[in-house]
Amino acid sequence: MVNRGDVKQKDKQMSNLVYKYMRPEHLPHIWCPGCGNGIIMRDVAQAIENLGLSRNNTIIVSGIGCSSRAAGYLDFNTIHTTHGRAIAFATGIKLANPSLEVIVIAGDGDISAIGGNHLIHAARRNIGITVIVMNNNIYGMTGGQYSPTTPKGAFGTTAPYGNLDRPFDIAGLAYGAGASFAARGSAYHVQQTINIIQEGIHHSGFSLIDVASVCPTYYGRKNKSGSAVDMLKWQRDNMIPAEKAAKMEPEELKGKLVLGILHQVQYKEFTYAYDQLIKRLYQEREENE
Amino acid sequence: MGNVVLMQGNEACVEGALAAGMRLYAGYPITPSTEIAEISSVRLPQEGGKFIQMEDEIASIACAIGASVAGVKAMTATSGPGFSLKQENLGYAALAEIPLVVVDVQRMGPSTGMPTFPSQGDMMMARWGTHGDHPVIALCPSSVKETYDLSIRAFNLSEKFRTPVLLMMDELVGHLREGMELPNPEEIEIIDRPTVKYPDPKRLPYHMKAGQLVPQMAPFGKGQRYNITGLIHDESGFPTNSTEEARKMMERLMHKISDNYDYIKDLATENMDDADIAIFCYGGTARAAKSAMDEARAKGLKVGIFRPRTIWPFPENELAEASRKLKKIVVAEHNFGQMLLEVQRVVKNNCPVSFVGKWNGGVITPSEILAKIEEA
Amino acid sequence: MSKQELRLAGSGGQGVILATVVLAEAALLSGKYTAQSQAYGPEARGGSCKAETLISDTPIGFTKVQNPTFLMVLTQRSFDHYGPETDENCLILMESSLSVPEGTKASRIVSLPILETAKNVVGRIQTANIVAVGCINELLHITDDASMEKAVMMHIPKGTEKLNVKALEEGRNLVRRYLEENKA
Repeated sequence: MVNRGDVKQKDKQMSNLVYKYMRPEHLPHIWCPGCGNGIIMRDVAQAIENLGLSRNNTIIVSGIGCSSRAAGYLDFNTIHTTHGRAIAFATGIKLANPSLEVIVIAGDGDISAIGGNHLIHAARRNIGITVIVMNNNIYGMTGGQYSPTTPKGAFGTTAPYGNLDRPFDIAGLAYGAGASFAARGSAYHVQQTINIIQEGIHHSGFSLIDVASVCPTYYGRKNKSGSAVDMLKWQRDNMIPAEKAAKMEPEELKGKLVLGILHQVQYKEFTYAYDQLIKRLYQEREENE
Repeated sequence: MGNVVLMQGNEACVEGALAAGMRLYAGYPITPSTEIAEISSVRLPQEGGKFIQMEDEIASIACAIGASVAGVKAMTATSGPGFSLKQENLGYAALAEIPLVVVDVQRMGPSTGMPTFPSQGDMMMARWGTHGDHPVIALCPSSVKETYDLSIRAFNLSEKFRTPVLLMMDELVGHLREGMELPNPEEIEIIDRPTVKYPDPKRLPYHMKAGQLVPQMAPFGKGQRYNITGLIHDESGFPTNSTEEARKMMERLMHKISDNYDYIKDLATENMDDADIAIFCYGGTARAAKSAMDEARAKGLKVGIFRPRTIWPFPENELAEASRKLKKIVVAEHNFGQMLLEVQRVVKNNCPVSFVGKWNGGVITPSEILAKIEEA
Repeated sequence: MSKQELRLAGSGGQGVILATVVLAEAALLSGKYTAQSQAYGPEARGGSCKAETLISDTPIGFTKVQNPTFLMVLTQRSFDHYGPETDENCLILMESSLSVPEGTKASRIVSLPILETAKNVVGRIQTANIVAVGCINELLHITDDASMEKAVMMHIPKGTEKLNVKALEEGRNLVRRYLEENKA
């Protein structure tokens, strides 16, 4: 684990992660200074390292938007697909070869607006892929339009008078749709988020980790949220661990985000169920012959 | 006849696909292609493959592309409204060079149109539906047996050229049942996509040695770690903004099809040697054309049939050459005149072109074609 | 006859499509060329339904019926629609509860209680289509009885074999009795 007291040790580990799991020739990344996506991408790499996953057997699938560039930086089999469709592509990959570890990295608009239908159905189907959402509450790549997770009243370039929509809770949405694992992390809570991502990848069915990112360039400036550091501090001060939140009244949780594994159950994973069906049909045929 | 079975066009499509090696089908229910999904759901797990009913048409094609990326031959089928929705990811598969078969059992449009009635109104969408320039291979069967054969060929072409191939069926053929001789599996030619023998993470996935037709990247999970994207990319598989790289990529994509036209083309002509008049037709319409030709011949008229089974790329040179010897071409198709435009473009002033179309959900009859043949 | 054009019409759920599939199968078993197709509305039950089978000694071009040599109708609505489209050479098999619409030119019309036979003699209204197949084969001699039975068996659900054999038989008997009675 990261020794926070020893800066040298930390740097070394960071560079190891970069050289082991990223494509240095494609770095530096395109994300703005202060963007939370880089932290979250590193969390993913650290979780993969901790789990000891094979690079050749791990697939990163992304859609379109700022988040989707992560696929290009990570040194696995990576596929940068079309806007919103990452989960549908990932479903095909997992079906074709269930032994692969399939991880989707997506943004909030990508996964819950244009790709919302794929999200809820993959959750319902309980197919064994892990979805990591870099949730920055805004469409960053196109310049700051409000997204399905922009809070009510917040500003975007297409919400000049304040957002009239109510936001999605993406983790709650996945849970409601039947996901067997739904969790929340944040750019600030590095260690907790790494652990949660690890748990999510390890989970055999569909798992979703909604990770609060920060977008100082668009969301921050439009909403006078201060610097990137201020935005991360907000996360520090306003995210409540799930265990603690369980003992709190809804009134006390207003305006806060719950951090941790919000929901986990075990259902039969879809490709496993399908392989069992194939085996059953083979057996029936052999018995008939 | 050997092992002759009664089969529906949609069923033949699935059986041909299975014979070609399809092991994943992702689809969404839509008339008149639904039987393709239903039969796939029965047959695929029997053959060790997988069927999945996705949440929509977009997800279906995306899922099929995903499976293909992981090395499994995959197909999706739909009809007009669904074909509209698939256009986005058709472009993705064309650009990223992912083998894939997409079936469109055409029905009356536009919009929801007349779901159970025949049409050939998606022919130009097949060519130009997705945004941007892109190569297209589209095949049109006119019988149950041809549906079986072209389903296999669609997979073979898609594997060989690493491009999506469209099997443009229509309700007439999709819902037609007729006798079909099942070929001996050993006699079926199966082509598999070229892949590298020794997957190496350092290998550039889209790099091609001289003489290679398409990139040879390995399926995901085989040890060659690389990136696939819908952005214009160079041979490393990563996005590029270089105009020179973009030009190279676009030209290679277009030329891999156009340079191999002779291999891809599939022209079924009948009685063209002495013909004065040719019926240009494709797909289910060819059956009425055949009857019309027989009736015309019985009357002493020298009528032939010019029928592309590979409709895209269009048989430009063949048609231009044929038209120089003809007194008339009658184009018959179930739309307002789509391939007609292509025929007119190619034939120019070589001979007159007349048109028998239908856009009311009805079926073009032999007598309607015959009337055009006999028209002065 | 080198080419027969059979059209069967009724309402959705009566099994008209399956009947034409069985007839096509029977034609194939007897070495003929055949083409079967259908047209129907969006309703799975109750809408009007038309299905066709072509049978020929030579390969079939156009796959739809142009000039029916045989028409079977099970509903008044379908009879009203398709009856007047027939010419003198067409043989019509009509459900006996129906009435012949004006303008029907067919010279030979056989009226038989197909639905009633399925319901009360065979015991299940769902077998009306196979009763009809029995009638049609006896009228048109598409294939021998054994091949027709084989064709039926290829297309019915497991567990309904006995019922459908009986339906086929009762259909045959209807025509035999009809021909006996109408000998004069």
